[in-house]
Amino acid sequence: MSQPQAAVGAAVPRVDARLRVTGQAKYAADNSPDGVVHAVIVESSVGRGRVTGIDARAAEAQPGVLKVISHLNAPKLPPVEGRFPPGKPLRAFQDDRVRFFGQPVAVAVATTLEIAQHAASLMKVSYDAEISLTDLSVADAAGETQTYARGDADRALEAAAVRLESTYRTARNHHNPMEPAGIVARWDGDRLTVWEKTQWVQGTVFNLSGEFGMPPDRIRVISPFVGGAFGNAARTWVHSVIAAMAAREVERPVKLVLTRRQMYFAVGYRPAYEYGLRLGSDRRGRLTASTHDVRAESSRYETYSESVLVPGRMLYSTPNVRQAYDHVPLDVSTPWFMRGPGYSSGAYPVESAMDELAHELGVDPIELRLRNEPADDESSSLPFSTRRLRECYRAGAREFGWHRRNPKPRSTRDGDWLIGMGMAAGVYDTMRSQAQASVRLDADGTALVQSATSDMGPGTATSMSQVAADALGLTMRQVVFRLGDSLMPPAPVHAGSQTMASVGSAVQDGCDNLRKQAITLAVNDEGSPLYGADSADIVIRGGRLSLKDEPTRGETYRRLLARNERTHLEVLGSYAGPSGPEKFSLYAYAAIFAEVAVDARLGLVRVRRMLGAYDAARIVNPRLADSQAIGAMTGGIGQALLEHTVTDHRDGRIVNANLADYLVPTHADMPDLKAIFIDGQDYEADPIGVKGLGEVVIVGVAPAIANAVFNATGRRIRELPITAEALL
Amino acid sequence: MVGGVVTGPPVHAAEDAVAAEVPPGSRVSLTVNGVRRTVTIDNRTSLLDLLREHFGLTGSKKGCNAGACGACTVLVDGRRVNSCLTLAVRLEGAEVTTIEGLAKGDRLHPLQQAFIDQDAFQCGFCTPGQIVSGVGCIQEGHTGSAEEIREWMSGNLCRCGCYVKIERAVEQAAGRK
Ligand code: FES
Ligand code: FES
Repeated sequence: MSQPQAAVGAAVPRVDARLRVTGQAKYAADNSPDGVVHAVIVESSVGRGRVTGIDARAAEAQPGVLKVISHLNAPKLPPVEGRFPPGKPLRAFQDDRVRFFGQPVAVAVATTLEIAQHAASLMKVSYDAEISLTDLSVADAAGETQTYARGDADRALEAAAVRLESTYRTARNHHNPMEPAGIVARWDGDRLTVWEKTQWVQGTVFNLSGEFGMPPDRIRVISPFVGGAFGNAARTWVHSVIAAMAAREVERPVKLVLTRRQMYFAVGYRPAYEYGLRLGSDRRGRLTASTHDVRAESSRYETYSESVLVPGRMLYSTPNVRQAYDHVPLDVSTPWFMRGPGYSSGAYPVESAMDELAHELGVDPIELRLRNEPADDESSSLPFSTRRLRECYRAGAREFGWHRRNPKPRSTRDGDWLIGMGMAAGVYDTMRSQAQASVRLDADGTALVQSATSDMGPGTATSMSQVAADALGLTMRQVVFRLGDSLMPPAPVHAGSQTMASVGSAVQDGCDNLRKQAITLAVNDEGSPLYGADSADIVIRGGRLSLKDEPTRGETYRRLLARNERTHLEVLGSYAGPSGPEKFSLYAYAAIFAEVAVDARLGLVRVRRMLGAYDAARIVNPRLADSQAIGAMTGGIGQALLEHTVTDHRDGRIVNANLADYLVPTHADMPDLKAIFIDGQDYEADPIGVKGLGEVVIVGVAPAIANAVFNATGRRIRELPITAEALL
Repeated sequence: MVGGVVTGPPVHAAEDAVAAEVPPGSRVSLTVNGVRRTVTIDNRTSLLDLLREHFGLTGSKKGCNAGACGACTVLVDGRRVNSCLTLAVRLEGAEVTTIEGLAKGDRLHPLQQAFIDQDAFQCGFCTPGQIVSGVGCIQEGHTGSAEEIREWMSGNLCRCGCYVKIERAVEQAAGRK
């Protein structure tokens, strides 16, 4: 990176902002290819059993109904290979089994949406219902227990001077992005084009290719805009297969959009957990041991797991740790990654217990954490690449005014409101994967950079344009970045906070190489003012190549290309991703601070203000980073205080499967939110020095709020969400 | 079409084609973004589906189809409504303004510009509804304080959590900032 960094690090506005504020950004369901028809899914109304009959006569009699498809008449699909999670993925109408309430059992296809909806409502499905089990608290675990251990935790706990033991529970949460899952599928002969809401266009190609047993090069997936997803568009769900199947059957393009209610059954969720935690420490609060016994809900047909145990084994120095993770198979649909997967659930018990320990010992919660800062990652014995968690505590505490906190619970009042402050740490794995990006510089001096990545909200096109602009020596206006088309160079799933590191490094590589190619062209060109110059002495700014020490000697890309009769220069940039075992422990960190007010009589909790301090290494665009952090605090407020899926365990029906009863934060819930970023880079992580941001920003939010509630009320609530009922 | 590049949506108000296949239909004339349109539609059609599926105006979004999210907010005769809960055939003679009708040519509406200035969106899916709702909120004069804006914008959910910045954008456009 010998280039000056002008765009990277600057708070530039989003490059696609205009499209988004004028309604011109096209999301999946906004596409209507000629002749498009509509499909509506009919879901099972029992929680487990068999479909014994499907009466589609009334539906089919509606004018405009083209076809009703169910397991009775669906084409046979080839078997699919095991993918994540292990098990047998749900297929499109391949058998009569009902695995969970809300499972698709048929689809109605009609010329208009109104007709399709009405037809779906006329379907009569009969079942041989069996008793379904959906309650984590009464069901047994099954299958293999995942374990981890170092030292002898049980013995060390016996001997510990201070011991804490509690069970924490977290509710199931649904991603509920504002854009429902949707897809438009069109066949042209044996070629399939889909406009799908997805975080991974090439993943959809791969999965549809397997589902239909067709070569991937006959499938194209287009998804330039994603209306939020938080993980749930990172899998090809069965409704997408149903839409493609329906389009083939009726020989017309088919649009299928899930209803909000269907979203609760069809596209995953953050699983509910029971987390038994024991901590042991010496009198000064230095941890000696911890045990973690986790039970998590999963479906019966797939065994889903996520990194819920990681914070408990690496965040603090603890010589003796024992962990066990059990799956509890239920008659539910399979859980799926939701923002900060595993970590955000695991941080709640661990960070609550740290707060409790601090209180028991009369030590400040930050001081307690500092006393337990590890020298290296005790779970992997690897050195940290970078870990600026101390700096996060320090800067966060200062900005937040932590010194004003009264450590004595229930000691600060504002009228009827009890006021409290709490904090918690957060951590998230720095993931990276192989990626490529094509870079093309045209004779007019503008560049086009493309990669099959996605943007569910962080501003991918903007941050990638920044990296490209600096590496090419162009202004932001001279660069266009495109994404969201499976024909573009390969990119990993836009999830796990890995897009900036992975795709960004491929963009950097491609642009560096293209710049070098142009410089080589110039220094070897007798017609160039830079002829014979040392390549290393040349910089490019605003599309002009010049000598670093003699800025007047130079020329523009345009002149260089014109004189050499080149229409363009083109390079494929790539990033190999991590190869072999990691040499460092790579994580992003957060310190979250919250102030809450709790109505002493009603138990109502209001977050008054919140601040996050983050170590995510290099920040490409502080404006976008700020939005991501504030957005995650908002999501974390939901997780802490509002979000809770209510299931009727008699038949597995989710009773609050809508946005009026499943509460999410609204404008009126908003406190003052602030984010600060600790300066730094991490070149052990990737060539552009970033650690990823989208997940770590939600980890620690819920426990910070829970700890503030304790400080306000003296009540330690060990179940999320923290409701007024729990505080009364 | 390729990623990231979007052209204006085609208008496929094929009234006769629609009328031919659809049971109990009615004829309705309404003005959308200043353009008078007459269509025959299935009586069950919501204003939102009329805009999206028949007029190709896909800027208004369907987040819940049940009045709970505000993604479908449009102005009908100057008042903000959830278009998903409004039957289109009721709108004889009505004037409808959608997100597509706010800018004057290349000149953005001040609230659209404020959304860009404040980075008041991430995924952008709730944004058309937020902006149209914000225009209504400003016209109604509910912008006396940050709290008042929050209260009167609470029918519009944003799952990306851009509320703080949306409130600032409304304040900016209302001239309070
Ligand atoms: S789509 Fe109309 S309020 Fe949600
Ligand atoms: S910007 Fe994504 S829902 Fe509001």
